[in-house]
Amino acid sequence: MSLHELSLRELGDGLRAKKFSSRELTGHYLGRIGQHDKALNSYITVTADRALAQADAADKVLAAGAGGALTGIPLAQKDIFCTSGVKTSCGSKMLDKFIAPYDATIVQKLDAAGMVMLGKANMDEFAMGSSNETSYYGPVKNPWDLERVPGGSSGGSVAAVAAGLAPIATATDTGGSIRQPAALTNLTGIKPTYGRVSRYGMIAFASSLDQAGVVARSAEDAAVVLQAMSGFDPRDSTSVERPVDDYSSGLGASLKGLRIGLPKEYFAEGLDPGARACIEAAIKVFEGLGASVREVSLPSSPLSVPTYYVVAPAEASSNLARFDGVRYGHRAEGVHTLEELYKRSRGEGFGAEVQRRIMVGTYVLSHGYYDAYYLKAQKVRRLIYDDFRRAFGEVDLILGPTAQSVAFKLGDKTDDPVAMYLNDIYTIAANLAGIPAMSLPCGFHQDLPIGMQLMGNFFDEGRMLNAAHQYQQATDFHRRRPKAFA
Amino acid sequence: MNWEAVIGLEVHCQLQTKTKIFSGAATAYGAEPNTQADGVTLGFPGVLPVLNGEALRMAVTFGLAVGAEVAERCVFARKHYFYPDLPKGYQISQYELPIVGKGTLDIELDDGHGGVTHKTIGITRAHMEEDAGKSLHENFSGATGIDLNRAGTPLIEIVSEPDIRTAQEAVAYLKKLHQLVVYLGICDGNMQEGSFRCDANVSVRRKGEKFGTRTETKNVNSFRYVEKAIEYEIQRQIEVIEGGGKIIQETRLFNPDTGETKSMRVKEDANDYRYFPDPDLLPIVCTPEYIAAIRASLPELPEAKRARFEQDYGLSPYDAKTLISSRELAAYYEAVVKASGAEAKLCANWVATNLLGALNKIGKDIETTPVSADALAGLLKRIADKTISGNGAKDVFEAMLAGEGDADSIIKAKGLVQITDESAIVKAIDDVIAKNPGQLAEYRAGKDKLFGFFVGQAMKATQGKANPDTLNRLLKEKLAG
Repeated sequence: MSLHELSLRELGDGLRAKKFSSRELTGHYLGRIGQHDKALNSYITVTADRALAQADAADKVLAAGAGGALTGIPLAQKDIFCTSGVKTSCGSKMLDKFIAPYDATIVQKLDAAGMVMLGKANMDEFAMGSSNETSYYGPVKNPWDLERVPGGSSGGSVAAVAAGLAPIATATDTGGSIRQPAALTNLTGIKPTYGRVSRYGMIAFASSLDQAGVVARSAEDAAVVLQAMSGFDPRDSTSVERPVDDYSSGLGASLKGLRIGLPKEYFAEGLDPGARACIEAAIKVFEGLGASVREVSLPSSPLSVPTYYVVAPAEASSNLARFDGVRYGHRAEGVHTLEELYKRSRGEGFGAEVQRRIMVGTYVLSHGYYDAYYLKAQKVRRLIYDDFRRAFGEVDLILGPTAQSVAFKLGDKTDDPVAMYLNDIYTIAANLAGIPAMSLPCGFHQDLPIGMQLMGNFFDEGRMLNAAHQYQQATDFHRRRPKAFA
Repeated sequence: MNWEAVIGLEVHCQLQTKTKIFSGAATAYGAEPNTQADGVTLGFPGVLPVLNGEALRMAVTFGLAVGAEVAERCVFARKHYFYPDLPKGYQISQYELPIVGKGTLDIELDDGHGGVTHKTIGITRAHMEEDAGKSLHENFSGATGIDLNRAGTPLIEIVSEPDIRTAQEAVAYLKKLHQLVVYLGICDGNMQEGSFRCDANVSVRRKGEKFGTRTETKNVNSFRYVEKAIEYEIQRQIEVIEGGGKIIQETRLFNPDTGETKSMRVKEDANDYRYFPDPDLLPIVCTPEYIAAIRASLPELPEAKRARFEQDYGLSPYDAKTLISSRELAAYYEAVVKASGAEAKLCANWVATNLLGALNKIGKDIETTPVSADALAGLLKRIADKTISGNGAKDVFEAMLAGEGDADSIIKAKGLVQITDESAIVKAIDDVIAKNPGQLAEYRAGKDKLFGFFVGQAMKATQGKANPDTLNRLLKEKLAG
């Protein structure tokens, strides 16, 4: 088997057994990026020199018999995480020339774990999008069909991992930006509980919804990196001071007695029959593994999308106010007044979708509209949270679709924001409630991957990852790779 | 005719924490521009605020000191506007749920007849927020420089009820508030450096009518300016209304050079701040235990201290007021009383008159005084035990100020020890009487005034060192024959 087909465990074993060095492994991935990324556009920045230096450092550690499970293993960082000395663009012209002066906490943590950063992955501008078509750096292509989108906003992360241009990648999820692209590219992607992973150094889109996670080729791979990223961070007031479970060592448990809930609202109109068939088959697999399945109700879930599209733009309009052309980022040239500086710098620096959300967010926070929109949305958010509280009184995990169907074609929905927003119909509720959720491959429809979603109770990532892992022991969908990138 | 002003004050008080309200950057005043601006201060992408616990403690301290309810749960909110010295495009402040609720402050006013009257001013609320940076318009050849050192400095904004009716009341309130925050150790009170700033809301009405339209005068940064600005604004508004005009709600700026206020922006131009709870900061929960611990550590407040000084030390209201004017001075005074064992009133005179007068002359204050409380106590001890006379003590004090040593060594070096040995004094008196038989006869014939002559002669004979009381007593006996 070629190096890019190995799991993280196999890579770690190989490195420790000196079958190959981190430099060789890193070189192999850099070579593949050079060979394939023109077609995919999954990286905004490739940090070859930095990667090789990190690889050499990892090799020294390994030679001394030290290091951990991740020492010397490459990864791609979504370009939303600040990396000191490296351009951190967030997919935007606004930050095209922005070199972060500091590392995000998760970058520090993964560096400290000995991981090697190959580069910065493409993404929708400021993580606003479900197709990776809003990136200033151009759309990312789906490795399963280059005419289709990889999903978004973590489109670069998933395309790189699915095509074997990185063994694993970090990603972020505000309304589905890890799970939906993972589903569309046959990957396993997990968004942990809000507060589990530090947001420090992750450029904010919607602060109360944003959460970092990973996209990987298996639950086992995801578990080990998520564990290294997680934990309390005193620099993030919303991070939770609670020990991190050992996700990897929890992956052997039987699913006997596991109670799985199927939210009836998620299997209603709108779900593609092809996707439904795959998910129904997956449910049978879980039953075969000893899980019991029952229907649950999340009655407020039809309100998720409208609630999200009030809360997220409101927070975004505020978070993006700092991009004013004064201290860093794009500054318009030839301006004469302060107001012109603001208007033109922001008008030129932000793309259409970002501007649309800033306008929506500004509107819903405005005097006279705040109660009707923002406050109301917060109340509905509470109802959605209550739905999950109730459901997790009856079941351990909730299972449903991640997306309505397979990846759509580039350009199909770019002119219809509402159709684009409906991509996140099944994923948004987990962000509004703050619970962990993941997507994993469960079959193919029209030769394109279908993902299913698991949602867990607060801080129940371990149980969720184990369920996914047991499913992946019984199936082989997650092992399939797009042929063009063998 | 019969106009009445209605005044409410908003005071921005910088909390004297070492670091900023949401980051570890230093808050010291006067550093090179932008040297105290870390990523959080600069509003870099991805950075997050973390509340400085010391700032919270200080805000709670203030609330307790004005008898206000401290919120068990308070929330930070974002206040949005664009300005180059506001790095994030919003200020983290508090809106609907501030840390401090309704409280009161008692002020004292001159009644115009040498006495005082008291008035209670309501405090509506006090909330925590971050300060903005500064725009520098000089020396940038047409451009504006931005200094973000001040950005993120913790503030409490203290909002008064519209209970104030005159510029004098406003100043009394501000002075009282200023004394309180300095006393509490939560603010250095430096108005020139902007640690304590005031905006004044002023409206006028005919007595008995409802509130008129108010204007807000910004950043009046001395007690004197506050008084002038408010007086000007009251007069201006009355003239506008009496001239048939209308007051428009607007923000005005005081010009200290002209003593006038000028329109800065009208309400229609005001920002819609789009307040909403800051999702980066969880609601702050103050447990009853937390609040109780701060209450227990509150210093004695000025009013309580003044009452105690009057009662325990028998001081006049005037002396007590002087001595409690700062915590340091009060502590100095109490240390002197304790260490000297001298009469409290004597100590008060020396501290309030001699010491403060001398410090004033040499441009120092109680914190930089060259004569420590212990040193002054050493001198007062010698007055109390009659080693030296009051006049002698003044000479010793001068020498102490000049750094010539402690009281005892100066007394010794200058030979200022009083003669209290009666036999020595009797001998001197006998000599004087013997040398002046004529005056003795006149005195005994009823010319009482000559007593002074004999005192002077006897003092001279002892080089001024005789204890005056002893000398007087013995001389009276001797002259009586």
